[in-house]
Amino acid sequence: MAAAEAGALPAEQRVGQVVLPGDVLLLPAHPEADGERLWLGPGAALPGRLVCGPGLRSCGAGLLVTKCGLLRHRQAGGAGGGSGGAYWVDSQQKRYVPVKGDHVIGIVTIKAGDIFKVDVGGSEQASLSYLAFEGATKRNRPNVQVGDLIYGQFIVANKDMEPEMVCIDSSGRANGMGVIGHEGLLFKVSLGLIRKLLAPNCEIIQELGQLYPFEIVFGMNGRIWVKAKTIQQTLIVANILEACEHMTAEQRTQAFAKLSER
Amino acid sequence: MGSEPGGCGLRRFSCELGPLGRPDGSAALLQGDTSVLAGLYGPAEVKVSKELYDKATVEVLLKPKVGLPGVFEKNREQLIRKTCEAALLGALHPRTSITIVLQVISDAGSLLACCLNAACMGLMDAGLPMKSLFCGVTCTLDATGAIGLDPTAKQEKEARAVVTFAISSVERQVLMSTTKGTCSVEELQQCIAAAQRASGAIFQFYRDSVRRKYSKT
Repeated sequence: MAAAEAGALPAEQRVGQVVLPGDVLLLPAHPEADGERLWLGPGAALPGRLVCGPGLRSCGAGLLVTKCGLLRHRQAGGAGGGSGGAYWVDSQQKRYVPVKGDHVIGIVTIKAGDIFKVDVGGSEQASLSYLAFEGATKRNRPNVQVGDLIYGQFIVANKDMEPEMVCIDSSGRANGMGVIGHEGLLFKVSLGLIRKLLAPNCEIIQELGQLYPFEIVFGMNGRIWVKAKTIQQTLIVANILEACEHMTAEQRTQAFAKLSER
Repeated sequence: MGSEPGGCGLRRFSCELGPLGRPDGSAALLQGDTSVLAGLYGPAEVKVSKELYDKATVEVLLKPKVGLPGVFEKNREQLIRKTCEAALLGALHPRTSITIVLQVISDAGSLLACCLNAACMGLMDAGLPMKSLFCGVTCTLDATGAIGLDPTAKQEKEARAVVTFAISSVERQVLMSTTKGTCSVEELQQCIAAAQRASGAIFQFYRDSVRRKYSKT
């Protein structure tokens, strides 16, 4: 019963370590009166409350791991301390599952009257209304063709419903979203790499930015679109980003040093 | 990339997680001289005719080394599918399909156990939500009633009975069992106990393989 025993450890001790499905993470006893209750979902992060993120479910004794990956923890921002904060499993996977609020790159597959169908790499195509673009009205339709790339945000994404995208924020502004130009290169990487690249102050992006100017769009669904001045430069950026997946920090600095010499 | 599940009668295990680029998850497992390659797709789009409104549709395709899959493969596909369904949290992805393709590379005994192990490692690599892990263990009973674990093809042929179990990592529950040959109830119980003991080593092997994968990032 070695694995089962190894699984039933306090959650704090396993942060940063690999956890496997079936492991149980024990939580410290809650000081509050209704401490037994766990609050699920991203919006429920009250101070002193525990949020269980992707790859975890609450079970009798604590948290049950459902995905394999590295256990992560973030302390609650407020004065809650102690039992508050969020736990989640950081896993390397390739298949995207739509999440509300995620910014993704989709490909328009069908134009059907009022809506477009957009392939985002999930199990179902997302729908996108023609009115969900900046400045679009019933008279002034946006110019979207089948095959175009769309950078948008999910406003509806749950397991039981068709996901819905929009290309405007809550104030009706495009805010960078919309149809992506016809040039450039689209490629796919793993979801873990996208999260790493989108982290604040990501070294890879800062180092790449020193090489030469380019435009880049990251979709949470693992798609990256790049465009630099020349095709050669575009391909270099794409190849570096693809290779970053399997490189350590030192290998990367060496690769960058080689590129900047030329 | 090899590891010996510490002295409990299992052959040498070795594996590679994510050898294939196109599928969402993949694993190549070598168990002694038996080798299986698993490719996983999911949660992906599902045919309307196979759609289930409350859970994911699990499909298993077992490809033999040569020729087309026949009745024998179909039977094993069902056994593996039922085991995977028991471990997966399919309700989290309704109206989707999870397809597991298992390609036999070489069969040197304990093929079903190897397929189960490869399927589980593939599911882990794809990051699909699971209640627990599972592993396959094959036991043999010879004429004297002695139990052998993880037999080779030759040992399987000589044995009086060959029993394969799928065992869950939570409380070592038996998820699936299939038998060939004759054995008494007591002997079957002994086989279950032996398989449950051996499963610990396999789960430790899973943990080491995943650790190695995540040590690179």
